[in-house]
Amino acid sequence: MSATAYLIGLGAAGAAALLGALLPARRRLFGAGVLSAAGCLAALVGAGQVLVSGHPFSVHTAEVLPLTGVDLTLDPLGALFVAVTAIVGLAASCYAVGYGAHGAPSRTATAMLPAFLATVLLVPAAASVATFMIAWELMALTSLLALLAEHRRRPETRDAAQWYAAMTHVGAAAILLGLVLLATHADSQSFAIIAEHRRQLSVPLASVVFVLTLVGFASKAGAVPLHVWLPRAHPEAPSPVSALMSGTMVNLGVYGILRVGEDLLGGGVLWWWLLVAALGVASAFFGALHAAASTDLKRLLAYSTVDNVGLVLIGVGAAGALAAGGERGLAGLVLLAALFHLVNHALFKGSLFLGAGAVQHAAGTRDLDALGGLARQMPATAVCFGIGALAISALPGLNGFASEWLLLQGLLHGFASHSAVTEAALLAGVAALAITGGLTATAFVKALGVGFLGQPRSEGARTAHEVRPSMLAGMALLAAGCVVLGVVPGVVLAVLGRAASAGLAGGAPKALRPGLGLDLTSLHGAIEPALVVVGLLVALVVAWGALRLVPRPAELRRARRAEAWGCGRELQTARMEITATSFAEPLQRVFADVLRPDHDLEVSHAAESRYFPGAISFHQRVDDAVERLVYQPVIAAVGWWGRLARRVPNGSVHRYLAFGFAALVLVLVVLA
Amino acid sequence: MTGALATLGAASPSLWARIGTSVLQVVAVVVGGPLLLGLMAKIRARAEGRMGPPITQGLSDLRKLVRKEAIRAEHTSAVAALAPLVLVASAAVAAAVTPLLTTRPVVAGGADVFVVVYLLLMGSVALALGGLDAGTAFGGMGASRAMTIGAISEPALLVGILALAVQARTSNLPGIVAASLAHPGWLASPQRLLALVALVVVVIAETGRIPVDNPSTHLELTMIHEAMVLEQAGPDLALVTLGESMRLALLLGLLANLFFPWGVDASGSGLVLLAALAVLAAKTAALAGMIALVEVSTAKLRLFRVPELLAGGFVLAVVAVTTGLVTR
Repeated sequence: MSATAYLIGLGAAGAAALLGALLPARRRLFGAGVLSAAGCLAALVGAGQVLVSGHPFSVHTAEVLPLTGVDLTLDPLGALFVAVTAIVGLAASCYAVGYGAHGAPSRTATAMLPAFLATVLLVPAAASVATFMIAWELMALTSLLALLAEHRRRPETRDAAQWYAAMTHVGAAAILLGLVLLATHADSQSFAIIAEHRRQLSVPLASVVFVLTLVGFASKAGAVPLHVWLPRAHPEAPSPVSALMSGTMVNLGVYGILRVGEDLLGGGVLWWWLLVAALGVASAFFGALHAAASTDLKRLLAYSTVDNVGLVLIGVGAAGALAAGGERGLAGLVLLAALFHLVNHALFKGSLFLGAGAVQHAAGTRDLDALGGLARQMPATAVCFGIGALAISALPGLNGFASEWLLLQGLLHGFASHSAVTEAALLAGVAALAITGGLTATAFVKALGVGFLGQPRSEGARTAHEVRPSMLAGMALLAAGCVVLGVVPGVVLAVLGRAASAGLAGGAPKALRPGLGLDLTSLHGAIEPALVVVGLLVALVVAWGALRLVPRPAELRRARRAEAWGCGRELQTARMEITATSFAEPLQRVFADVLRPDHDLEVSHAAESRYFPGAISFHQRVDDAVERLVYQPVIAAVGWWGRLARRVPNGSVHRYLAFGFAALVLVLVVLA
Repeated sequence: MTGALATLGAASPSLWARIGTSVLQVVAVVVGGPLLLGLMAKIRARAEGRMGPPITQGLSDLRKLVRKEAIRAEHTSAVAALAPLVLVASAAVAAAVTPLLTTRPVVAGGADVFVVVYLLLMGSVALALGGLDAGTAFGGMGASRAMTIGAISEPALLVGILALAVQARTSNLPGIVAASLAHPGWLASPQRLLALVALVVVVIAETGRIPVDNPSTHLELTMIHEAMVLEQAGPDLALVTLGESMRLALLLGLLANLFFPWGVDASGSGLVLLAALAVLAAKTAALAGMIALVEVSTAKLRLFRVPELLAGGFVLAVVAVTTGLVTR
């Protein structure tokens, strides 16, 4: 039953891609959107059954792929990722119907969204090396094509696609190498048989496999320093595709690390997981800092994805390290917290990316320095984006708070373990969690306050309009998820617990009492977000009511509007408002050592005298320091090597004949 | 420790009694906050050789402000009206769950460190959004500065309290206070002393006192908090002022009870609660007096030196946790 629902879902998403490619332009969007939404619902039902019952299903067909066949197995761990993808996919499919309706959507763009969705639904179910690699590469290919949808209008898209293609293929090659090593060792490509043979694997070989696959999976997840493609590709994709990339595709990097590290390799040794946690700490800090400094709305969201993936990886690393140290119950709890954060991140980041798409659609730009005042023209979008922004800032009552609290509890109680190295890693995780909290709040106060409040800073922002209902429905679905999981986080714990125990091979999470809130009885920690929300509402009403009760003359009761204070100066314009760049400037100055902003100040002088400046121009860019310091030298070296090699074939036939002769002599000498 | 929490659970008074205690805590913070501000102003004035306003000046100001006309800047949205209310509400809920008078939380486990710190963050975010809502230069500038300082001080606050949480093996605030009461020897432990220094720095930053911010400045360019609320007037300003003073009272009360937990009611009748209230008032007044004396004797730091101070606080907090782990 669950297998049927899941396969119907896959099939429907695939059929939606075909419809998108075949239907005439007017019906294309609607047909593809409805069918892929239906596919998401079916896949959600299938994955939900696996999650609720805890019984995995397996399907094997020899007909689809020659030589190897297709092996699909959906266990609770994979089912969680399928369910998250299905929910974000449902919202993105609804949204895409309205999103494409303004321009004339091309066949490829319409078809690639459901095709990409289908591959993301497929990867977590793949149960053999061949199936996994094919699904993985199909995902890379379809997302690349989906990313390129707007390449005619935006030349930056090509650059982003190049980075993405290069990074994802290097990653895929590393994963393939690692999995092939495993398959050769087990003499079978089935994940189940590989997992059975894991005990005979020597530690050095297992470590090589783990590190190789980690390179691939961490680059898909966007972990620093393999993240450089992410802040380029996610912003350049059409917004429903961005939401799918940030909300679902990066998750599969985490899935891969868990599947290979815990399931196929059986947990391995401590340092693997410390490495994962270190990647997490670096990503969390670097991502949060760049998000706080970014002024492009979607770039800000992309860096915030790096940040949140970092938090999840801290959890995964800590869970692996605790499990390697024998603390399975606690490890299960930490992994549960990490998976919870991953689910929450999919919800709020999906809603934020869809909101950013709505802004770009309505105002024609996503540069925060040119936005402002959108809450007036686009109130519904502002509310959905606002919920996402406050949720990601971990404000109590929304879902980001619940999962960060749980993660912190897990890390805190991990201090009771008796390995000094693990403790140091946990401490770094706690510090990263704390410091990203403040930075994320700053980044999203900037996004919300500069983008949606204040006065419009450009004509586009002034004439913006609310977007279509189907787009709003997509955003509202995910925003509602943020509120529900924030107020009653307890409802998903059982499901997450099953996924976490499947991920840790039997380490059932410790000490979570079922309920609406989060209650760690044996660890003396509990929160009841529902009561906090009730308390906040009561306090709000009491404060408001108390003000109403103050005796005041009738004419003073209504709030009067007056001009804002401008130091006594009249006629304030939007030019005097703070911009996103200025908002981020103090923080950027504080963290200048990490961000390394580029400043460029040019002063030209008046012709009459050098003492009078004619024009002053100031440019500032905050590039990715990792890209500049690590990747650019490599790219430069490859380019240098290429130029060197180009000197060899200079067009002279004599030289080519000489090469041929030399090669022949060399071969003969070697063979002789 | 386990014993301390177990007794907490076992002898819990009725729900209504606990709600009553929480309401009393909120009232104490609402009334006590403006009084603490008045006391600090008085001590500063006396130290400078002036008479200074009466201690109840803060309450009189609030009374005056709520009767005034409500004026909002043009172009503001609903956020400007909501922000002061959210600030007060978040501070009130934080006050209700913090163990100020008693170690019995209103709901078992509602009083987590994380809840209180992130409720404070909620107030800061509301104020910053309110500052940006009017679309003026100063509001945005103040919001930017306040968020920058908050971005560094919030983690220091969280990690500083976690140093105590690691020692008490729980991040439940009443649990931490109860455990400190049960183990007086902890109070002089190195991690506590380090955490105390870190938290004092943070409290000064969070409440916008000298040397981080000058609450009585009239020069817009040097303002942090004041610039952010420049557009608030009348009842809105009353709420903002009240919310800020509640945060001051809450943070000082929390600091006092975490590091000097004597007098916090662990058993429970009405008279004991009153005594606890008197002890709390004395402790917070002493802390407020010390902050006021620091304010008189130091100059405000340049804005870009403030992060160094706060980063120092954060590092101290991390060192405090490390020390706790090493000396365990």
